[in-house]
Amino acid sequence: MSTATSPKQGHEIVRLENAWKVYQMGTEDVKALRGVNITFGKGDFWAIMGPSGSGKSTMMNVLGCLDRLTSGAYYLDGQDVSQLDDDALSELRLKYLGFIFQSFNLIPQLTVQRNIELPLYYLGWDAVRSAQRAQELAEQVGLGDRLSHRPTELSGGQMQRVAIARALTNDPQVIFADEPTGNLDSATGVQIMEVLTRLNQQGKTIVMVTHEPDIAAYANRRLHMIDGNIDRIEEGAYVTAPGPVTARVSPQDVSRRAGTFARPDEDVTRAARDA
Amino acid sequence: MRQARFTRNIWLGIENLLLHKLRSFLTMLGVVFGVGSVVAMLSVGEGASKHALEQIRKLGSNNIIVASMKSAEEEQASTQHSHMSIYGLTYEDHRRLSESFKDIRATAPAKLLRKDSRLGERTMELRVVGATPAWFDLVPRDIVAGRALLPADQEKRSPVAVLTEFGARKLLATESTIGQTLRIGGNQFEIVGIIQSESGQAGNIQIPDQDIDVYIPLDVAQRYFGDFFAKRTAGSEEREKVELHQIIVQVDDPRNAESVGAGIETMLALFHKKRDYVVSVPLALLKQAEATKRTFNIVLGSIAGISLLVGGIGIMNIMLASVTERTREIGIRRAIGAKRMQIVFQFLIETVVLSTTGGLIGLGIGVLIPALIRYFSGMPTVLTMNGILLPLFVSVGIGIVFGLYPAMNAARVDPIIALRHE
Ligand SMILES: Nc1ncnc2c1ncn2[C@@H]1O[C@H](COP(=O)(O)OP(=O)(O)O)[C@@H](O)[C@H]1O
Ligand SMILES: [Mg+2]
Repeated sequence: MSTATSPKQGHEIVRLENAWKVYQMGTEDVKALRGVNITFGKGDFWAIMGPSGSGKSTMMNVLGCLDRLTSGAYYLDGQDVSQLDDDALSELRLKYLGFIFQSFNLIPQLTVQRNIELPLYYLGWDAVRSAQRAQELAEQVGLGDRLSHRPTELSGGQMQRVAIARALTNDPQVIFADEPTGNLDSATGVQIMEVLTRLNQQGKTIVMVTHEPDIAAYANRRLHMIDGNIDRIEEGAYVTAPGPVTARVSPQDVSRRAGTFARPDEDVTRAARDA
Repeated sequence: MRQARFTRNIWLGIENLLLHKLRSFLTMLGVVFGVGSVVAMLSVGEGASKHALEQIRKLGSNNIIVASMKSAEEEQASTQHSHMSIYGLTYEDHRRLSESFKDIRATAPAKLLRKDSRLGERTMELRVVGATPAWFDLVPRDIVAGRALLPADQEKRSPVAVLTEFGARKLLATESTIGQTLRIGGNQFEIVGIIQSESGQAGNIQIPDQDIDVYIPLDVAQRYFGDFFAKRTAGSEEREKVELHQIIVQVDDPRNAESVGAGIETMLALFHKKRDYVVSVPLALLKQAEATKRTFNIVLGSIAGISLLVGGIGIMNIMLASVTERTREIGIRRAIGAKRMQIVFQFLIETVVLSTTGGLIGLGIGVLIPALIRYFSGMPTVLTMNGILLPLFVSVGIGIVFGLYPAMNAARVDPIIALRHE
């Protein structure tokens, strides 16, 4: 059983304690996570690496509150969420988490604007404010002039940027990205990583799965998994990562009380200050 | 705020349906035709039965109509040459009838004749009724000009005639015609009045004054024209003897109408060898018509139910397919944070919007068809509030009932499975 903590930042955002995930396949049990212990700190940028089938996606789904552990505990910003019901998990995803997927997962029938607005719709924002927010975020990812396009009219890199904008609408505490560059060529992949790096510099915690070392290089911590458990952890700044690593965390983040989440509205103003 | 959110939800539902215009349209066709046919049938049915009930009511709910009728045997015999048919109600029947029942308030015996008549230069065959003044109490109609028959006419056996509007129109008679002489079958009558007439048919019995042109006193008719009639049909001559063609009986209370009707039947059966009369009780017919209407409504309701069921199943079918097709979209929405109930609601709104739109289009068709029928055939149709609201509520209900299962299916989608790379 391997243990890892992030000693540099004082505040944890994500912690797994003896986390097990077992899938029942007929009579056979598939143990996708085997007693994982890990803590991610606020403002960290983690890359999760490892061979196919080692449990990376399973761990991401659990961390992203899309799935529940078979046993063990999951603390999200100090709160044990492993026993929460479906509605409560949905609420956590809606208010505090952001997702970026390998296959973008935009709704093809909806325009870029509608796709970005989607979380706001469930958050109950009115149409005018939602449109403003969508515009703002689209500009932030360099797609301010593509709001009325459909995803099919965009390139892969553009689609992924729309997905990032969508993940940012609720100003999430943590962004989970499962192989965000997996479907992109390397040049476009670099652009996406630059966007993610900038977000991390603005204070966002990012957890990303990848098996490309040069993509993982953008993260400041790398977790290697094998057979449903942690193999080893690498720490340290990176050749390609721009900017001083220590400047990443704003004082507000550190001073925020653990165990509570700020409302997205407050976060909007904070993000504006940080920018 | 809640209101705004609700409208926005509906709006997004509409937007979504508009993404697949043809499919959405085809999906709601079942409801369109279901609701359309129900509204149209209700309207036509309601019109027809209302018409029938009105006609029956015109006969009077405390009236009984006893009419002469050639019996089947007589009908057979009369095809032979120079046969004389004797049938129908007699003066004696009328006397017995008016004396035997304590519940009878009044009776109006009548003879119906066809006579060549002339007014001024116009000559034509008229339908003449020999009636007593009681007729005008039992079959009340407004007087257009002059007066109806009076007891004095009967006592003095005055040769006077009262035209119906119908007869007046045939003869081109107007108010100024009153006082002029009308020749009926070679006898002179003074026109003393014109009264309103009713047209139409009440189910299978005639209104007493239907197709009548002119009234004369019964006794005068008997004295001038006797009880024998000769009918010429296709070269052969048919001879008949009928004393009274019809007796209208009024009972004191509608509740007694049916029992008195039965009593009259029994009495007539006693004195007539053949069944050469028919007793009809409008109230009984009214009840029968209402019962028929109820049956009709049940049948209609079943047809409506079945067609709407089919429409609903059509919607459910397409929505189930749509859920399967949109699994990924549902997964995305769930991953972003939509709760199960919100997914249920989203799909439910789509089906309700579909079925309600279908219902509204159907309503349009259902209103248009009876209007066209009324316009082209003159058949009466009636649109009732129920006939409009019920199908509409039902179509909303269909959306909810048949949308629920697909919507729950949608909510069961597991985002992890839905989002796994294809
Ligand atoms: N829904 C599932 N049912 C059964 N087995 C699963 C399921 N999801 C993942 N697994 C299994 O769990 C293990 C880890 O899978 P996953 O987390 O997807 O690996 P990775 O993302 O690292 O490739 C694999 O053996 C996989 O087959
Ligand atoms: Mg994976």
